[in-house]
Amino acid sequence: MEKKNKNNIALTGGAAAAEALRQIEPDVMPIYPITPQTPIIETYAKFQANGLVDTEIIRVESEHSAISAAVGASAAGARTVTATSSQGLALMHEILYITSGLRLPILLVISARALSAPINIHGDHSDVMGARDSGWIQLFCENAQEAYDKTLIGMKLAERVKMPAMVIMDGFNTSHSVENLKTIDDQKVKKFIGELEPVNPLLDVDNPVTYGPVALQNSYFEFRIDEEKAMQEVFIEYEKIAQDFEKISHRKYDYFETYQTEGAEKIMVMAGTSAGTAKVVINKLRKQGEKVGILKINLFRPFPYQEIAEVLKDAQEIIVLDRAQSIGSKPPIYSEVISALFQAKKLKKVKSCVYGLGGRDLFQKQIEDILTGKNQEHYLT
Amino acid sequence: MNKELTKHYSSGHSACAGCAFPSIVRTVLGEATTPVVIANATGCLEVTSTLYPYSNWKTPYIHNAFENVAATISGVEKAYEVLRRKGKIKKKIKFVAFGGDGGTYDIGLQSLSGALERGHNFLYVLYDNEGYMNTGNQRSSATPYGAFTETTPVGKISFGKTEVRKNLMEIVKAHQIPYLAQANVAFQSDLKKKAQKALSIEGPTFLSVFSPCTNNWKFPTSQYVNIAKLATETNFWPLYEIEKGKYKINWATDEPKPIEKFLKTQGRFKHLFKNKNKEVIVEMQAIVNREWERLANLSE
Repeated sequence: MEKKNKNNIALTGGAAAAEALRQIEPDVMPIYPITPQTPIIETYAKFQANGLVDTEIIRVESEHSAISAAVGASAAGARTVTATSSQGLALMHEILYITSGLRLPILLVISARALSAPINIHGDHSDVMGARDSGWIQLFCENAQEAYDKTLIGMKLAERVKMPAMVIMDGFNTSHSVENLKTIDDQKVKKFIGELEPVNPLLDVDNPVTYGPVALQNSYFEFRIDEEKAMQEVFIEYEKIAQDFEKISHRKYDYFETYQTEGAEKIMVMAGTSAGTAKVVINKLRKQGEKVGILKINLFRPFPYQEIAEVLKDAQEIIVLDRAQSIGSKPPIYSEVISALFQAKKLKKVKSCVYGLGGRDLFQKQIEDILTGKNQEHYLT
Repeated sequence: MNKELTKHYSSGHSACAGCAFPSIVRTVLGEATTPVVIANATGCLEVTSTLYPYSNWKTPYIHNAFENVAATISGVEKAYEVLRRKGKIKKKIKFVAFGGDGGTYDIGLQSLSGALERGHNFLYVLYDNEGYMNTGNQRSSATPYGAFTETTPVGKISFGKTEVRKNLMEIVKAHQIPYLAQANVAFQSDLKKKAQKALSIEGPTFLSVFSPCTNNWKFPTSQYVNIAKLATETNFWPLYEIEKGKYKINWATDEPKPIEKFLKTQGRFKHLFKNKNKEVIVEMQAIVNREWERLANLSE
């Protein structure tokens, strides 16, 4: 009989992210409940209640205050984490820009969910796509394993580049589904994450600093340029951190994952949970001789234009699946893919599909019909 | 300038001549016996003290946004607690939040309420100039009945603000915090005592300080102390404190001056002296009397 390995466990995506947070052991975690983020904060609160972590949990009165308190804590010099979904992220929106503008390495775990109205508690990417220009790193997760892994990567990356990071799992599909995953020993994780070395912390009273000044026409512009430069540095640091992570986990996370894209005539581009479903379809179609593959986005902000264009350049057709709209414009991932191909001077046939809004299921059959051309619809309802 | 006075907040800020809050900030922070960390809501104090690349603050300072200064200081204070526990911070530090009435009575009320309820160890200082002065004089829920503002203009059928100002002290008191007080920039020794007490008590404490605005209340820059003094002498702005639920009036006279004495010093009340608005002044006096009577009854 095979020896039971304590690192092989079954958890929901939410609990998997919480397990990673337990190992990170942030100093401060302001929390405010919203479905489907609650398993993350409830699981963490239990860790604290049982003395497994030394974290100040601040049970605030809104998401606006959650991110505001996180800004205070992070500026003070504390390792800081919070979590939210949907309306909660929308309520944080104002402070998201302040967080990145102050270059605070806060980690925000997101159980992505639809936005009101009408109100809907189920998964889609509308909330996080609404924050895509806010100066936060955005990492998408396919499953519980990735929610665990990318929570660790996201924390380290944020602190390395001094930019805040969102780790995004699909609400319910990932956050509430139990899956097998492999965790890493506490000691290895602690070594990987390392100690936070805060820059100019508020609590260094002997070296007082002013956070959040007024910057007018003569200086504001430069702050914004610096933020873009910092975001571009994420690519290099992400690669290094992903390599370090691979050493302790044997799991590799590039900017994106390519699945059967070699020699593929059709490539489907997507992010999140449904990539898992699509892989099953690819396996089936490949067996039938269809040359199809998937490009699954891990790092959405910053967006790796060149590298993505390099993978897509030889395909005859590209199909982009978005789990969000950009009302009055084209869906977010589709727009980025078009831009990537244009910048690389590779004009291709690119089809746009929107799926899964408000938790609507996306079935294998639908994906198969798109890949084989039977379904030409834009909305996969 | 006096080095002791400018220990935390230096000279060279760009607040208007005759503005009250520099004095409030210096007096309150002057009572701190340990290093302090400041959080500040968006507003006049913030914009006139932090114009990049300069800062008036010789003590750690954070400005986050308009409505979240109490939540921000919550995070700073909890970071301090955990880092101290983990041995990364050795010194004892006090936490002070500053907000105007807009950032406190209105947009920041929820954030303030949350922080008070959670019992963070900090002092919240409200400098109350009775409206949105930084954006050019719009009404807030701290603006008094009858006052002209740009969003409660005086016109053929309007005498200015038609609503009575919010009683924030009672709202703050309802959180059962250990100490809160109403003070006035013109009564410095009273303000000092209150700041000292507030800073020495563990848990959330609150100071509501009267802060006249020369620019939008429309009075000469030399007059802010005199006007602030009249606010208390007319009972418009009573000085009192609530310690462990017990009320105490700190300044009283047998012969309070009529409210007109206070009103006539400021352009924002000029219209009230027209015949047709006589009743508004009568009503203002009645509001003042009612509040004084209520406080006197509650007081020991």
